[in-house]
Amino acid sequence: MEPDVPWVTIVHNDPVNLMSYVTYVFQTYFGYSKDKAHKLMLDVHHKGRAVVSSGTREEMERDVQAMHGYGLWATLSQDRN
Amino acid sequence: MSGHFEALPGGGAAVPLDEVEISILRSLAVQLLELIGPGDVPPKGEDPLAELFREGPSEPPADPALARLFPNAYADEDEESRAASAEFRRYTENDLRTRKREDALAVVRSLDALDPAGDGGAVLKLTPEDARHWLGALNDLRLTIGTRLEVSDEDDNDELYRLPDSDPRKPMVMAYLWLGALQETLVETLM
Repeated sequence: MEPDVPWVTIVHNDPVNLMSYVTYVFQTYFGYSKDKAHKLMLDVHHKGRAVVSSGTREEMERDVQAMHGYGLWATLSQDRN
Repeated sequence: MSGHFEALPGGGAAVPLDEVEISILRSLAVQLLELIGPGDVPPKGEDPLAELFREGPSEPPADPALARLFPNAYADEDEESRAASAEFRRYTENDLRTRKREDALAVVRSLDALDPAGDGGAVLKLTPEDARHWLGALNDLRLTIGTRLEVSDEDDNDELYRLPDSDPRKPMVMAYLWLGALQETLVETLM
């Protein structure tokens, strides 16, 4: 794993979680505006996944743990794009 | 099964439930507790402090519903990612199980605190904190039932709506769709 490359939290689409619930989680946990949370939710829904946050590996592990707490399917990885 | 959550003035939410609905919700929450497993209670004689530092499992659960509730944190299939997922799981899964148990327990407690009328029905009133527990438990229940019903894409949801009454999955599907309506209306009261 390369040092200086930032890490990202990715939320994956799943057919069970409600769109309104996913938007609620993005607003509540990340403090995103309703518009931003809604747009991210649509990205997850239509593209199958979306990057919802970025930072250090430790920060992303915290975010992934929180997403799992809410029941969202999330993973972290290094942003190589 | 037609009750919907409505926001209460001053925060929280309320929903009218009949006797059967109360009984189904309680039974589902108890089944969820059984699925998630026992909480982190130290065995008799064990140092409670040692329990604080006890490590969780390294491998994903074999049960598909549990595997959905406790997914891997690293998606790649290479050895480095697998090792990182295992380490993440050791340090986080016990906490996650505790949180999910607390959500399901809050559901059981608030149903047991109801004072049903003569027909067995009651209006469930949730504080904002209880509403968050309920939201988590309703979501975990839908993830669990959705996994059991093998819902794997959006089209499956449409198909579930059209199942004939003779299908053996019908009762579980009815519960799944009803929990979805409860969760949807509960989210709306919180936004």
